[in-house]
Amino acid sequence: MKRFIITVISIITLFVLQGTLFREFDFGDTVPNLLLIFTVSIGLMRGDKAGMLVGFFGGLLLDIFSGQTIGLYALILMYIGYLNGGFSMIFFPEDVKLPMIMILVSDFIYGFCVYVILFLLRGRTDFSFYFKKIILPECIYTIVITIMLYPLILFVHKKLKKDELRKAHKFVS
Amino acid sequence: MSPIIKPEREKFTLPGKYLLFILTIICCILMVLTFTTDIFNKPLNYAVGYVIVPYQKGISAIGSYLSDKKDSLVNVYDLINENQELRNRIAELEDENTKLIQDKYELNSLKELYELDMEYESYEKVGARVIYKDAGNWFSTFIIDKGYKDGIAPDMNVICGNGLVGRISVVGPNWSRITSIISDNSNVSATILKSQDNIIVMGNLEMIKDGAIPFSQLKDEDNKVNVGDKIVTSSISDKYLPGILIGYVSSVTDDPNNLTKSGTLLPAVDFEHIDNVLIITQQKQFVSDEELEEGLNKLNYSDEAINEAENEEQKDD
Repeated sequence: MKRFIITVISIITLFVLQGTLFREFDFGDTVPNLLLIFTVSIGLMRGDKAGMLVGFFGGLLLDIFSGQTIGLYALILMYIGYLNGGFSMIFFPEDVKLPMIMILVSDFIYGFCVYVILFLLRGRTDFSFYFKKIILPECIYTIVITIMLYPLILFVHKKLKKDELRKAHKFVS
Repeated sequence: MSPIIKPEREKFTLPGKYLLFILTIICCILMVLTFTTDIFNKPLNYAVGYVIVPYQKGISAIGSYLSDKKDSLVNVYDLINENQELRNRIAELEDENTKLIQDKYELNSLKELYELDMEYESYEKVGARVIYKDAGNWFSTFIIDKGYKDGIAPDMNVICGNGLVGRISVVGPNWSRITSIISDNSNVSATILKSQDNIIVMGNLEMIKDGAIPFSQLKDEDNKVNVGDKIVTSSISDKYLPGILIGYVSSVTDDPNNLTKSGTLLPAVDFEHIDNVLIITQQKQFVSDEELEEGLNKLNYSDEAINEAENEEQKDD
């Protein structure tokens, strides 16, 4: 229950930060994709189902406030959360390389999907432009923010897990 | 300890694969429904409005405070020098100002005399604050802190300063979304003020990175359109009120077909720094297809009546 409430609050906070605080500190008109960082991290830490649900609800918020069609960002982020959940087998909390790589790859896939669905299908064919001006800056900025945000997510995750383990022990003894 | 030991029940869990499948279908249904109907708008917007909008307002205030602080830190050394210069300027300008104020009073009285109407003073407007900007990097939308409770309706025009920002696309109870004219999926029917040629202004992500908006379909056979001409919304647009300033022509080129021209314009609004906007509550008069048909039918009837009358006259002859 505690975990659920903390997750919901995190999603809303990150979503709000993405469009307000980070808009004020945007470099070259780019904002980092905080919801994606959170989705990937949760997917890696807690498996495919949690990642999927976090992606779905985070994406739904994006859809309602800044999407063209409700369900599109939700779909993309949900799949990203699910696929990253598959890597939770080889995830160790001490290893920072895997989440970094996964977030980078996921952000690229996210950008590519958005480009294909919302731009290529409307006849905007200049992929190299969109890659250089939108997708790549977003990836870089997101990775930089990850360095700061990821330890925080990991810290909260570890703390919650400890609490849950302690409770489980209590019941056993 | 209770003597009854409950047997350990196997907890029902849905495998991830099935959950993914179910959620995918939900997403697809949502997408199809948003394309075909607008049933989601009300309940979703309502629910979200009460949870997130107050939060956004708070954080947005913190954000602008911090960014002000950032700007002030960067500029503090320049400001000290500038301050000295400006003090000298103030003395000069104050002197000048007294003269100008006198002129202004005269001008105002003259304006009243001639009943000069300023460009958009006739439209009724409501002010609103931008609390959230697009969370992605692909489109340019804004969330403002007024919704249908404040009388905002979809397709109302939004201006900032003296230029067009865009129009309201989604409305919640206490928030609404503006799709700006620089957004990649926006098209505006416009007119070049000097030559009264109609053009289409299309938002484009590639161009706006250079600060320009492309326009096309300009029929300008006599080469009357020059760089710097004003572009305003046209009277034939079905969403935008006529005569709102969009920007100024910055380049014109011939299309390959040699019939039309296209080019770019510089927007009158600084889209980077939009904090407060004005919403024009008056909406463009909308004629539905049914009304149009009705009107045409009436015309046809009157045509028939005229024909009959003419026939009768001919018989009389």
